[in-house]
Amino acid sequence: MEILYIMIPLGLVLVAFGLWAFFWATGTGQFDDLDSPGWTVLEDDKAPPPDEPAQKDESR
Amino acid sequence: MSAGAEPCFHCGEPIPRGLVIHARIAGRDEPVCCHGCKAVAEFISGAGLGDYYKYRDTSSTRADEPPRPDRWSAYDRPELVERLTRAEPNGARSITVLLEGLRCAACSWLADKALSLQSGVLDVSVNPATARARLVWDPGKVRLGDLLRVLEHVGLRPHPLAGEPSEQMALLERRDALKRLAVAGFGNMQVMMFAVPLYFGEATGIDPTMREYMRLVSMLVSIPVALYSGWPFYRGAWVALRSRSISMDVPVSLGIILAFVASVWNALTGRGEVYFDSVTMFVFFLGLGRYIEMIARHRAGSVADALARLAPMTARRVRNGVTEDVQAMDIAVGDELVVRAGEVFAADGIVLDGEGRVDESMLTGESNATPKPPGARVHQGTHNLATPVRVRVTAVAGNTVLSGIVALLERAQAERPRLAKAADRAAAWFLGRILVGAAIVFAVWWFVDPTRAFAATLAVLVVTCPCALSLATPTALAATTAALARRGVLVAHTDAIESLSKATHVLWDKTGTLTKGLVRVEDVRAYGDVTSQQALEWAASLEQLSEHPIARAFTVTGAPTVRASSVEVHAGRGLEGRIEGRLLRIGTREFAGDLGAVAAPADEAEAVSDASGESWVYLGDESGPLAAFRLTDPLRPEAGRVVAGLARLGLPSEIVSGDEAGAVARIAERCGIERQSARLAPQDKLERLKALQRGSAVVVAVGDGINDAPLLRGADVSVAMGRGSALAQTSADLILVRESLDELPHTVELARRTQRIIRQNLGWAIGYNLAALPLAALGFVPPWLAAIGMSLSSVVVVLNAMRLSRGAPPQRRPGVPASPQAEAA
Repeated sequence: MEILYIMIPLGLVLVAFGLWAFFWATGTGQFDDLDSPGWTVLEDDKAPPPDEPAQKDESR
Repeated sequence: MSAGAEPCFHCGEPIPRGLVIHARIAGRDEPVCCHGCKAVAEFISGAGLGDYYKYRDTSSTRADEPPRPDRWSAYDRPELVERLTRAEPNGARSITVLLEGLRCAACSWLADKALSLQSGVLDVSVNPATARARLVWDPGKVRLGDLLRVLEHVGLRPHPLAGEPSEQMALLERRDALKRLAVAGFGNMQVMMFAVPLYFGEATGIDPTMREYMRLVSMLVSIPVALYSGWPFYRGAWVALRSRSISMDVPVSLGIILAFVASVWNALTGRGEVYFDSVTMFVFFLGLGRYIEMIARHRAGSVADALARLAPMTARRVRNGVTEDVQAMDIAVGDELVVRAGEVFAADGIVLDGEGRVDESMLTGESNATPKPPGARVHQGTHNLATPVRVRVTAVAGNTVLSGIVALLERAQAERPRLAKAADRAAAWFLGRILVGAAIVFAVWWFVDPTRAFAATLAVLVVTCPCALSLATPTALAATTAALARRGVLVAHTDAIESLSKATHVLWDKTGTLTKGLVRVEDVRAYGDVTSQQALEWAASLEQLSEHPIARAFTVTGAPTVRASSVEVHAGRGLEGRIEGRLLRIGTREFAGDLGAVAAPADEAEAVSDASGESWVYLGDESGPLAAFRLTDPLRPEAGRVVAGLARLGLPSEIVSGDEAGAVARIAERCGIERQSARLAPQDKLERLKALQRGSAVVVAVGDGINDAPLLRGADVSVAMGRGSALAQTSADLILVRESLDELPHTVELARRTQRIIRQNLGWAIGYNLAALPLAALGFVPPWLAAIGMSLSSVVVVLNAMRLSRGAPPQRRPGVPASPQAEAA
């Protein structure tokens, strides 16, 4: 059972990582809207106007 | 002509008979009901967003009038942009706008796409739950006014929110609570895992080092739960204690702190019991209950925002003979404002000169414009329809009628539901007894067996914690509120759910409630060689210059493609004017017919309709009558169904209306309502209500205008339409957001189920506490079992309440079928 002395801390590290991920997701608004993103995948692909991607990139 | 029963491609409302307007969508002509819808549908399709019509699951809001591009020019002014928006990195600006007409996820997709297609827009996020969009744009590339214009073009009227901080705060509060909940949840899972070997170890033997290790690890995990997740409880308890009162938070905090400190002490010294599993479970479930409650509270908050957005941002002030544009917040009492036709009053005031006609429907629900001669009072948020008026400001900002209403609503929303308060009081009473009881148990055990004193006391504290008792009501109410919100019924006062379950009668207002409250052209009959289309266009051109409420029915339906000149108003009879050289008259039969030699054909339908509250308007020229238009305030299609549904639930309906007897009788007959009274002043309506209540009836009142406000306030449960007057909404307990009565019978059913579930919950919670207390006091219940019992009893209560939010899925209206154009042509 000595393996527990390693496994439990490892498990706690995983939990800490999960919590960190959850905090990150909450902080960036991933849970603010759970409905509409599902719709965006239904949209047909369209060629974006030529100058748009560049614009969007520089803002982020 | 088969267009009669056909629904509008965009909004799904029936298209007036005889009217042919087509929107060109993806190469096909789709029938629409008005030029507003035509403009919106064509814009959506033209922008390559036609997929919207495939994905939406409710029909869109009727556009009513074509977009008015000039409305948004004010938002191009830098100082307004400065005030409404916030600076973002790289010189970008961001703003939050409330989107009127945003009803489903497809609408939010539409808003998102339409905006993203504009160059200069950097980021768009649309939240369909709160009907808000946040957009970030580059002011160097695109102007705010243009973006708002785009939104109006796709049929979502934007209202820029100046009071955005509160919205932002609610969002941060939700995120914060979610994080604390996550920590408690994760922590609890871990501690439970470590608790299993500890409990089994008690029974089967465990290596002492391993036991120490498990206890220390449990402590490590519990520390963030107790400190971070439990923090809101400590804060609440501190606030309550400082104001010398006891809230639920006090004993909760006491329980958490006691058990946690004792466990930490025992874990560090290696003696006694640890209760980390109990502590974390306690924090998690209580936090979950609080979170659910908060979500319901925030949802209700958006109604106040919806009212606040009525006030305009700018005004035109006259000072020393100079007219200048100022921001609404700079207006002071005594200022003189000029409000042009089509503008909204930025403050309360008295008309100095000008003969205004004001649309006060947002305050009163009255759809006819009110004349405002000099000396009359006008209110912030109302709409000046006619000539420009000069106004002396009498109240600004926080003192206007509108803001009074908003404040009233906010206060009402801050109140805890009566039921929950009663449960809280019961819980507080219970808590006092428990604390005393726990002390007695401790004292007795101290003399009997000191080693078991602490465990028994803690078991009493934990097992009897009345959280199931205090969760019983709020969770059921929150589940119902959420379920109703999904169906477009907003619960402003949760008390109403209790009253609704006991309701015995329904009182209806007519105009705007059973009917749509908007006069519309229902039917067009063209005589001779004039087409109905042509007749409508001429009528619209003539009526465009009129301020009569009937005129709106025409200008909405037909686009004035031709210009009418030398239009004269003949009061009480109609209008006369020239279109392309032709002298035309529109108005009563005699008036329109007098122009020509032949009288208009007497219509037998007209004789009938005279008595039934419909009205006919005629168009004629020198050769004789050209066309007849039937105008009605159409009955809501679902009204009869809803009345019947309520009757099945044992709720008889009755109409109380200020309208004329004939019109009321017609509506009553068509919805199958037997009791009705007409020509009632607001106090008469209230009198009728009181008479019913004296007979110990529990009355539901449904209304939408200011003349209904006393009725709504007096009723046991009040229901207002979402687009009715703000005042009606403030008096209302339930608001039907989707502007359809369809959900009412279901709401009553749900309210009854809610009451049943609350009773079950309370019975369970009280029964459990009473049964567990003696066992715990006698030392039969170890703390871990107490914690499981307590949590289970809370879980049972929460799960039982959650059954309410399941129920039937929200009704989906069948999509508007895209009918082949051949049918209508």
